[in-house]
Amino acid sequence: MSASDLAIELRGISKAFGPVQANKDISIQVKRGSIHGIIGENGAGKSTLMSILYGFYKADAGEVFIGGQKTEITDSQAAIDAGIGMVFQHFKLVENFSVLENIILGAEDGALLKPSLAKARTLLKKLADDYEMDVDPDAIIEDLGVGQQQRVEILKALYREADILILDEPTGVLTPAEADHLFRILQGLRDEGKTIILITHKLREIMEITDTVSVMRRGEMTATVRTADTSPEQLAELMVGRKVLLRVDKTPAAPGDVILEVENLRVVDGQGVERLRGIDLQIRAGEVLGIAGVAGNGQSELLEVLGGYARGTGTIRINGQEIDLTGTASDARTRRARGIAHVPEDRQREGLIMDFAAWENVAFGYQDDARFAPGLLMDHGAMRADCEGKMERFDVRPPDPMLAAKNFSGGNQQKIVLAREIERNPDLLLIGQPTRGVDIGAIEFIHQQVIALRDQGKAILLVSVELDEIMALSDRIAVMFDGRIMGERLPAETNANELGLLMAGMTGEDAA
Amino acid sequence: MDFLGILQILDSSLRLATPLLLACLAGLFSERAGIFDIGLEGKMLASAFMSAAVASFTGDVWLGLMAGILASLLLALIHGVASITFRGNQLISGVAINFLASGLTVVIGEAWFALGGRTPQLSGGARFQEITLPFANAARDVPIVGPIYANLLSGHSILVYVALLLVPLSWWVLFRTRFGLRLRAVGENPAAVDTAGVSVVGLRYAAVMICGVLCGIAGAYLATALSAGFVKEMSAGRGFIALAALIFAKWRPWYALGATLLFGLLEALGNRFQSLDLFGIPIPTQFMQALPYILTVVILAGFVGKAIPPRAGGEPYVKER
Repeated sequence: MSASDLAIELRGISKAFGPVQANKDISIQVKRGSIHGIIGENGAGKSTLMSILYGFYKADAGEVFIGGQKTEITDSQAAIDAGIGMVFQHFKLVENFSVLENIILGAEDGALLKPSLAKARTLLKKLADDYEMDVDPDAIIEDLGVGQQQRVEILKALYREADILILDEPTGVLTPAEADHLFRILQGLRDEGKTIILITHKLREIMEITDTVSVMRRGEMTATVRTADTSPEQLAELMVGRKVLLRVDKTPAAPGDVILEVENLRVVDGQGVERLRGIDLQIRAGEVLGIAGVAGNGQSELLEVLGGYARGTGTIRINGQEIDLTGTASDARTRRARGIAHVPEDRQREGLIMDFAAWENVAFGYQDDARFAPGLLMDHGAMRADCEGKMERFDVRPPDPMLAAKNFSGGNQQKIVLAREIERNPDLLLIGQPTRGVDIGAIEFIHQQVIALRDQGKAILLVSVELDEIMALSDRIAVMFDGRIMGERLPAETNANELGLLMAGMTGEDAA
Repeated sequence: MDFLGILQILDSSLRLATPLLLACLAGLFSERAGIFDIGLEGKMLASAFMSAAVASFTGDVWLGLMAGILASLLLALIHGVASITFRGNQLISGVAINFLASGLTVVIGEAWFALGGRTPQLSGGARFQEITLPFANAARDVPIVGPIYANLLSGHSILVYVALLLVPLSWWVLFRTRFGLRLRAVGENPAAVDTAGVSVVGLRYAAVMICGVLCGIAGAYLATALSAGFVKEMSAGRGFIALAALIFAKWRPWYALGATLLFGLLEALGNRFQSLDLFGIPIPTQFMQALPYILTVVILAGFVGKAIPPRAGGEPYVKER
């Protein structure tokens, strides 16, 4: 392979954030006109490496070659000049600007806006026709769905005539259909000779779309292979450093009595918008009900109202007894007393206090227990000892109760919350996005814990935007769209396609 | 009250609204770029003092204006270094600037002039004089339009007209130029500006400096046009009223004109009707003079509808990990 066939070559890139070595002596070659995947667990250093390539961070050491030329990437402008465009995981869009304004920002043609806007409008139309990326140029970003926002980000890069497009976890926020559309766009771009770098932690995407794949683990590049020559199992092993069980092992459910019954549950948010429009569901002891859906279709509100920190109307029964949804008796504390435990969707905001030590976080909700508060004062020693026990049973690393929550990795933070909630011995566990931002090794553990709890005869309500996770864990799947349940399916009798249509609000009849 | 009486009140509203308008536009540029500035007050005060002091030494009000702007720019620079370069807390930096200005003006004033913190009375070329617009005297006799032109629009110092012209200019800069687009973007989502290859720090400094210049003009107007010299604490909370007006104006230049004119009107009414009988109930002078401050409290308490500030306002920009 001659040097000019390479779109990008990185040699010996290193980057440290304080004591954390995010990238260690990384070298990589990316062929022109290919889709190159970079896969690795959270914190493996993928995003850092790409942010260095885009000039968002400065590398401590190493060299960058673009198209065979050594290039100093001092800032994002230098990267843009070198033909690199990046679509970040969290979009870098100005929410109350129009699509056009976002596209020209930083790439205006002169001091006045009018000519730049006119030029962008023409070019946008051409790009939209070439790549089936229809976006209303005058729409305000915050009125657009995430799929459309992502297109704006891609158009931004194309407007700057990027030859190399980096996408960081692009499918995290998309429905399966939107993800397929994105992949078609990326393939179209590749066929035109553009180079695509796709950062992801999803093995399926790597197998589906990339030509070559590099695996990162703990800041190091462990392998670069042709996608055709590898398998998901091999990649998972390279990512984690040991053999990983990709499928969840579980026996068929043995449902018992009805634990949770919800009838006509409605929630209206602060703006007067109805977020839940009459939810009916039932969960029995010893089964997992999975709620699938694109984020923002009422799943969060469902968890909040069941968990007791949002107001709703309707009926909720636990073990046949109705819960008072009105007045001061409707709070998280009384819900817990009735046997509901809750692992919230956003663990960093709702599940933990990030600046507090692990033992304090584990003690939350138990502070009035006789074990911990025998008299006027709390027994810190007992709390710490309890935390140590939980950390051992849930394999939290490092097992240090004094460490602040923010210093644990995403997976270990989740294990702390899970330990606190599961060891409450609840009848019903509400669990939202259990593995968001969690690495593969920890995902395996968390999934095993959920199944183990089910096998103990507990009812579990699982909310996740990861369809694979819903399919793997659920005994029944309910799909939510726009505050309603579109339908219920059995995992064995459905597939991602059918669920995807339901997630987009289409019932079986529409699809046919 | 007759027509001329109403014109007099409106005329005085315009004079009193001018420093508020300048300070409000100053705050608008700063806050649109994401830098909260409660130091408008301090910058105005420092400028008022320096402009009066230099005008008094040199006898030239233009030199006074320059000195006032420089003093205000210096404080703006401090705010910029603290809140942009060192990513400090913008409120604390603003409070510090207010205290600094409040103390330094009196101390330096006493050292230079030994008049208890005042500057000497300014007169002649050391003050901004009223300008009579062309044909003002000739037009006076035309019914309705004549007095409006001659009594209300004509006869102000040049800074009043500058402030009024700054309204469309600010609007044009913010919404029709590349600089304005970037400035507004940096106040909404600095990461978007950064990844687009534009310097967040540069834009924010530019905004803070524009704020300094406008506060400088506002302060100079107070000491050398509205009054004839500097007196201790002469900004009298106008910087804070301007901030309230800015919220009322939803961070838009034309609304800022409306909001500050309303405050000006209230202040003018308070001055004009020292004692007022409303249906036989005597309204105390203190109440009338407190009107602008009462409106400030009402606005800040959020009684005038929802105002959405620039989303990245008050937050130092740190690249996330």
